[in-house]
Amino acid sequence: MVSDAPTAPTTAPTTGPTTGPAGAPPLGLPDGWVAVVKRDCPTCVTVAPALAELAEQVALTVLTQDDPGFPEGLPPGAGPVDDTSLDRSWLLDIETVPTLLHRDGGTEDERLVGWDRAEWRRATGVADLGEGLPEYRPGCGSLSVDPARTDELRVRFEGGRLRSRRVDIAALEDEFEAAFDRGWTDGLPVVPPTEARVLRMLEGTTRDPHEVVAVVPPDLVECTVEKVAVNAVMAGCRPEYLPVVLAAVEAACTDEFNMHGLLATTWFSGPMVVVNGPIARRIGMNWGMNAMGQGNRANATIGRALQLVVRNVGGGRPGGVDRATLGNPGKYTFCWTETPPSELDEGPDWPSQAVEHGFGPDDDTVTLFAADGVRGFADQLSREPESLARGLAEILRTIAHPKLALAFDAAVVLSPEHLRVFRGAGWSKARLRERLAELTLLPPGATTRGAHGIAEGMPDGFDAVELPKFRDGGLLLFTAGGGAGLFSAVIGGWASGSMGSQPVTRRIGS
Amino acid sequence: MTGDGVARVVLDPTGELSPQAVELSERPASLDGLTVGLLDITKARGDVFLDQLDLRLRERGLETRRYAKPTFTKPAPVDLRQEIAEQCHVVIEALAD
Repeated sequence: MVSDAPTAPTTAPTTGPTTGPAGAPPLGLPDGWVAVVKRDCPTCVTVAPALAELAEQVALTVLTQDDPGFPEGLPPGAGPVDDTSLDRSWLLDIETVPTLLHRDGGTEDERLVGWDRAEWRRATGVADLGEGLPEYRPGCGSLSVDPARTDELRVRFEGGRLRSRRVDIAALEDEFEAAFDRGWTDGLPVVPPTEARVLRMLEGTTRDPHEVVAVVPPDLVECTVEKVAVNAVMAGCRPEYLPVVLAAVEAACTDEFNMHGLLATTWFSGPMVVVNGPIARRIGMNWGMNAMGQGNRANATIGRALQLVVRNVGGGRPGGVDRATLGNPGKYTFCWTETPPSELDEGPDWPSQAVEHGFGPDDDTVTLFAADGVRGFADQLSREPESLARGLAEILRTIAHPKLALAFDAAVVLSPEHLRVFRGAGWSKARLRERLAELTLLPPGATTRGAHGIAEGMPDGFDAVELPKFRDGGLLLFTAGGGAGLFSAVIGGWASGSMGSQPVTRRIGS
Repeated sequence: MTGDGVARVVLDPTGELSPQAVELSERPASLDGLTVGLLDITKARGDVFLDQLDLRLRERGLETRRYAKPTFTKPAPVDLRQEIAEQCHVVIEALAD
């Protein structure tokens, strides 16, 4: 509990503004000394006689947070001033009571937190102040930082920062139904984005709420940090996830990733978000058992927040610009994190996807890939890397269609047990990629239209030569998953390269 | 939030594009004397369809001009749109598969 936690007395002279944000009510305090107290604080009760003494000798105003009659015995003019609304405590940024501060010309030039007799005497110049009182007592938490009160105070004083249109929910409307009725959801309930929740979400970033993060297709709307925060609230994110969501939105809205085309295509794909770096562990993401499945809040809500931004801010909705024939469940949310280097005993032979793209192992990044569904690859018998690679290649050759080459990217997510087969035999990631490229070559004639009784295939001329299944850079290799299971995942992509979507890796900011 | 914990005011999560009706360009009563742009979005066999249209339009004595998007997965570049607007009175875009 913040409100009753003892806080060590400290001296913290401040020179910052104490008049609160622009447009906030004036403090209405005279220059001189100001003490902030509450009756429900044993230190404040102890210090009350010293406040009365002090008020006799210097200009002092006492603000009281809980009991307008406390402290008793002050001379006329010293208060106590009723601050049960906590307005002044909030604007003065009081974290602990008692706090004694000095203001000169409206600017604070001294602040003492808690009771430290020597410090109070020094600062006020009253040499015998608090004679008979203990030398030192820590203070208690200010009511203005009580978690039960901060939401309301933040809305009152900072709600004006938010520029989004306010939508009133009618008295007889259910708040969750209201979001469905307005077309704001992906088909699942969303957390109502109240001012308090959005302000709390914005605490997760140092960025200005009004900064434009990206221009979001298909409506090409300039999307601010605030709008991302609104949708992150709806998705169920915690504030600490917000920087990841912001980076994902930035990456999705690049020309290379081509979110517009990805949305408009009749193909299955949607953005898959893979997080790398220490932030994944910090915010509690899951790379282990069921990494791509349900059950982890960060994995689930970050991917969902990106989709809600595209839906709500960009206007991309199924049946509108989203023309998917079938879609895939990853379009609700598809976000996970790679096995961290510390768990992998990662050496230079097996860098993460982000490190392969020039980032450091300690950089926080998101990588976006235009992904369709997860397809299982089972091989429980191969103990040699060549054997395992051959099986994997058989699956990879069938991405989209066994007779199509160079048209679709793919991602492989190697489980720990499969990874062990490669690494145990000394195969680096580069060697596996090279071998998979060889093993997925489609021989001359294999892709001819009509061959094997299948009309689909490559256009005349292309089919006569050996074709790589994937373009350069079109096969991504990741690692994730629980410790048991000789299974890996193959995830097909969408139209590859500059004609469609290219995987994009972006650094996560603060 | 009200006392019962129900949210009564929420923030609009959308792009807040003011609702505005987009008016379609005026349609010509006849194609006589007009230049017709034929835009291939580069999807498979769109060219086959446009070749046929081209033939039929020329048979009617109309002038046609052919254009193609660099890729069907992205909106037409601004330059291409402006080129078509400058050179043609009407445009037919072929979506095929």
